[in-house]
Amino acid sequence: MSGATKINVRVSEIVPLNELVTRFKFERTDGGQLPTFSGGAHTVVEMKDEDRTRLNPYSLMSDPADRSAYTISVRRDDEGRGGSLFLHQKVKVGDEMVLSNPVNLFSLDLRAKKHLMIAGGIGITPFLAQIKQLDRNHGNWELHYAARSEDLASYARELKSEHPNDVHVYYDVKGEAINLQHLLDGQPLGTHIYICGPKGMINWVRGTAKELGWPREAVHYEEFLAPKPGKPFEVKLAVSNKVIEVSENESLLEAIERAGVDAPYLCRGGACGQCETDVLECDGKIVHRDHWLDPEEHASNKKIMPCVSRFTGKMLVLDR
Amino acid sequence: MTIQFNDETFRDDYSFRNSAWAIKRFPFPFDKDDYMYSVNMEPHAGGREGSVFDNRFDVDEHYVAEMRDRAMVLDQDPLRCQSLPHMTLAGWDLLELIMEAKSEDYPDLFELHRDGDKWRWINKPMGIDDTFTFLDETTLPYGPMEYITRQTQGDFAVLDQRDDNLWMDAGMITTQADWSLDFDIGMNFFEWHAPVPLAHEKGIFVRALKYLLNIQQGSPARRLNWTMTVNPLLDTSPENYHKWGVQKTTLTPENLGSKQHLRVELQTFFRLPRSNAMVFPIRCYLCAFQDLMSVPKWGRRLHRVIRDLPEELPVYKGFAANRPMMLDYLSKFDDGLPTSPGIWPEVKTEPALQM
Repeated sequence: MSGATKINVRVSEIVPLNELVTRFKFERTDGGQLPTFSGGAHTVVEMKDEDRTRLNPYSLMSDPADRSAYTISVRRDDEGRGGSLFLHQKVKVGDEMVLSNPVNLFSLDLRAKKHLMIAGGIGITPFLAQIKQLDRNHGNWELHYAARSEDLASYARELKSEHPNDVHVYYDVKGEAINLQHLLDGQPLGTHIYICGPKGMINWVRGTAKELGWPREAVHYEEFLAPKPGKPFEVKLAVSNKVIEVSENESLLEAIERAGVDAPYLCRGGACGQCETDVLECDGKIVHRDHWLDPEEHASNKKIMPCVSRFTGKMLVLDR
Repeated sequence: MTIQFNDETFRDDYSFRNSAWAIKRFPFPFDKDDYMYSVNMEPHAGGREGSVFDNRFDVDEHYVAEMRDRAMVLDQDPLRCQSLPHMTLAGWDLLELIMEAKSEDYPDLFELHRDGDKWRWINKPMGIDDTFTFLDETTLPYGPMEYITRQTQGDFAVLDQRDDNLWMDAGMITTQADWSLDFDIGMNFFEWHAPVPLAHEKGIFVRALKYLLNIQQGSPARRLNWTMTVNPLLDTSPENYHKWGVQKTTLTPENLGSKQHLRVELQTFFRLPRSNAMVFPIRCYLCAFQDLMSVPKWGRRLHRVIRDLPEELPVYKGFAANRPMMLDYLSKFDDGLPTSPGIWPEVKTEPALQM
């Protein structure tokens, strides 16, 4: 079976935080303990939405040492393919669901003398777990958190009251912004930067750090791509000898799975590389949307990451 | 299951012996009549009952003697155990993993009692009964990695994962096939594998690293590796080459069957949950040629594998000089009959030697 090991859970609490974000708490259906994890890890939530199965990754935000429950916070995406809407609208307390074992693609570098965290919007969630982990080990950290408004800044109040000196919050509506140049300039040697937020923020911080001469290895970031909808297309799977139709609101990976073909995956967000698939024939254009393949590989049309990428054209044949 | 622990040595008088039980479960590494490097990894999720694959950390009749040998090595050379400062959390991960696994898999030998952070660990074969505070180093006689690996067979490389690579940042290495933790500490996956011939050209390490980086919590993997050792030596380290290297010249046609050992490493890979590091246990099993020859299938196959190896491998593995003498010995156990696929001895179905 593909993906990480599965855990059967029950939804034990649903808390709306603001008009966009809702928190979900899961406990094991057998009453046992959940695996411990490292701050920055995510879980893949399996959603049975009528005849289709959705698998979406969400950062674990609970205390990694608390093995009684996992919590995630989900931002409603009205433009997306429906995973967050399903969680917001259809999931009720008591429902049974399936999670994957934790997977960490946004791990702390434990060599760091200081961890400088930069969050944008819902990108706050992995930092909540990392902060709990670091506090237990007396780690040195500082958080800069930008949100649209006070109402939409999930957990800002709690963070600020628990860590008044280490947490800095910026509100767009008040015209506040992180003074990045100044912030990065003033850091002690051995500091590592972590960024989780919208693509623009990630590029801004990475670019500024690069200009200021930060080593590449000291800048960490996580951006989950939700697979974007797109025009339907047809794909031939050579190994399993099937022709499948990828509909507007499903990813290529989901369509492969729906056809009963077991394809490898982990993050389902274009980051981990696990689902990399060889392209045998391509008469058309692959719409690459992943962070995994390098620009040369994208240009070659020899590889595709079916979790997020799509295709337009006459014929695409995959080695699957 | 009750294990009778051997009173034996891996040095000086070499009283190490495999019982009939140990020979039957020896992890013979060749699944066909020829051998080449490959990414031969599979899930480490149990195996044939009683085999070395059955449990997460195999405990066998050599346990107590191996731990005694490790203590002697560490006494003479403390640098065989090292842990860079950022790896302490991974050490706790490893301690937890081993204590949970052993107490679940061998409840008659090991017990773990947890009351929050207060843990009590009982290791009956070694006569240990310790109480300590989880994640508090000051409550253990050694660091967490050293503490638990002084009580667990096999070497342990603890690898930090960062920058899409694995880094040898901690380890307990006393039963190694001629490599040095003190030399490799801080190196990345490609650096510490640099001396291996042929495999780089085949792209083995690029693929192996990709596989390892994606190993997930709760889904460990394993593979077998092998080499040759004259005399049942656990410590074949570069640091002590002056002591054991010369022993390779003591082989004669008369003593080869008892002195020449096939050395097999059961290598496993586990994701460590709190640190997101990896642990790479390398468990060494030794078997004298004369004991291997008691299994007709293994006799036939070992001759064919050793005979047909490309020259680079015996040179790298350090048995090129003794290979002709080995082949003279092994050829007497190869009657040319076909062998069944797979590593298992198949003593009931495989015909006896026809010569």
